[in-house]
Amino acid sequence: MSDETTTLGGRAQRWLQRAVAFPYVWLLLFFLTPFLIILKISVAEPLVAQPPFTPLFEWGQRGIEGVKLTFENYAFLFQDGYYGIIYLSSLKMAAIGTLLCLLIGYPMAYYIARQPARRRQVLLLAVILPFWISFLLRVYAWIGLLNNRGVINDVLLYLGVIDEPLTMLYNDFAVYLGIVYSYLPFMILPLYANLERLDIDLLDAAADLGARRWQAFIDVTLPLSVPGIIGRVLWDEFFISRDWPVASAVSIILVLLLVAPIVWFQRVETREQEAAR
Amino acid sequence: MRHRSLGLLGIVAFGYAFLYLPILSVMIYSFNDSRLVTLWGGFSLRWYAHLLEDEEVLEAALLSLRIAAVSATVATCLGALVALAMQRLTRLRGRLLLAGMITAPLVMPEIITGLSLLFLFISMAEWIGWPATRGATTITVAHITFSMAYVAVVVRSRLAGMDESLEEAAMDLGGRPLAVFFDITVPMLLPALVSGWLLAFTLSLDDLVISSFVSGPGATTLPMLIFAKVRLGVTPDINAIATIIIALVAVGVVTAALLTRRREGAASS
Repeated sequence: MSDETTTLGGRAQRWLQRAVAFPYVWLLLFFLTPFLIILKISVAEPLVAQPPFTPLFEWGQRGIEGVKLTFENYAFLFQDGYYGIIYLSSLKMAAIGTLLCLLIGYPMAYYIARQPARRRQVLLLAVILPFWISFLLRVYAWIGLLNNRGVINDVLLYLGVIDEPLTMLYNDFAVYLGIVYSYLPFMILPLYANLERLDIDLLDAAADLGARRWQAFIDVTLPLSVPGIIGRVLWDEFFISRDWPVASAVSIILVLLLVAPIVWFQRVETREQEAAR
Repeated sequence: MRHRSLGLLGIVAFGYAFLYLPILSVMIYSFNDSRLVTLWGGFSLRWYAHLLEDEEVLEAALLSLRIAAVSATVATCLGALVALAMQRLTRLRGRLLLAGMITAPLVMPEIITGLSLLFLFISMAEWIGWPATRGATTITVAHITFSMAYVAVVVRSRLAGMDESLEEAAMDLGGRPLAVFFDITVPMLLPALVSGWLLAFTLSLDDLVISSFVSGPGATTLPMLIFAKVRLGVTPDINAIATIIIALVAVGVVTAALLTRRREGAASS
């Protein structure tokens, strides 16, 4: 590599290279190793035992005497249309949900980023504060509010906007409301970090709508909400049907299907930036 | 122009109302005399009195806060380093692997993260004897691992839009890398670091699934305790502790805001 593309001096490069070893090792140990364990389970056969899958290696007196692995769990996933349909419908829900998030979150992040410094901090904390109490409480509160005899219906009935209570629970409306509510701060905070600039003018604001601003949306909010939805299915697979190998295979596929495009997207982006320099 | 900003203000007001509607309901019902959460039975402070005697809840709340503060701080440092390395290093061995590892925790379903880490901790305990028991430490490690991914994304997108000429100038003038880093890079990254820290703190404080997997006897975080209680039906004392948390943070925020205003006022006069 030529020194022209190097934006940091040689010393800084070396320093950063050494420093990044720490998070690197951390991820190898606490992310990659567990991931490999899941990979191992995904090629095992289900077993009615504890743990509920066959071991990968057959241990004998002289060490490993055999390797037992199967790709049936993966084959099963592709034969059974069920998982494909779930994946696609989760993706659709996540996309619509995050789009709704963006409609509310973008103006909010934009507004906060343009306030004086002191007010900015307060507004930012106010966004995140509701999430410092357990989500279970928030869910119960929503159930109470959306109920047929809940506060929202009561108010609307009293005002004469509606004649009979709206059904707002246990349907698509409730799902999207839940998604938007759960991920709104995860939309606002990254957008804010991006929008907050020292030099802001209106032209800049117009440019803010450009491609790079979508990065936070594509990188954080969208991938975050898909596993949130699929997680429910996995829960059933692990603890109700107790088919750990299939559940592991689903996770591996899910992670690969989501990570590959994101990493690719980031690489293209980095290259574009370098080309622009 | 005026018209447009009114529209913007409307959306912002709606957004905050939306975020706080359920919180308001939680706070109101914390003063409910009735044992039923959905029925109003008159004003009462009995759940607050009840709470003072309940050491379990206080302990769980403190444990959650401690884990969240530690894991958010460590995750912010590690995540920012990864973001810097990915964005600024021209040569980085295993860049693709690092990119994958820092992205994947974002999309891993919680249950997989929790379960796989539990397997890891069990095998590690067998092989090297650490962690001897699972509890606050293992929860913290788990939280750091997934929240550094969020920090990295936020910091990366900030770095992508950042002007590097200031750092270059400082380097050209012979600034030491560490000094340039702390005097110029960190302040420029500050909004992203603050956002990232808040995200990490919140994720940790609110996590139930992963904590339940990697925790052991004796370490119960607040969400775990609330989950255990909610199984028996929500009791108003949980509403009370939520109200106290909100009130404490709100008081802290307002005090900090007032203090900086006074300091700025003193500096300018």
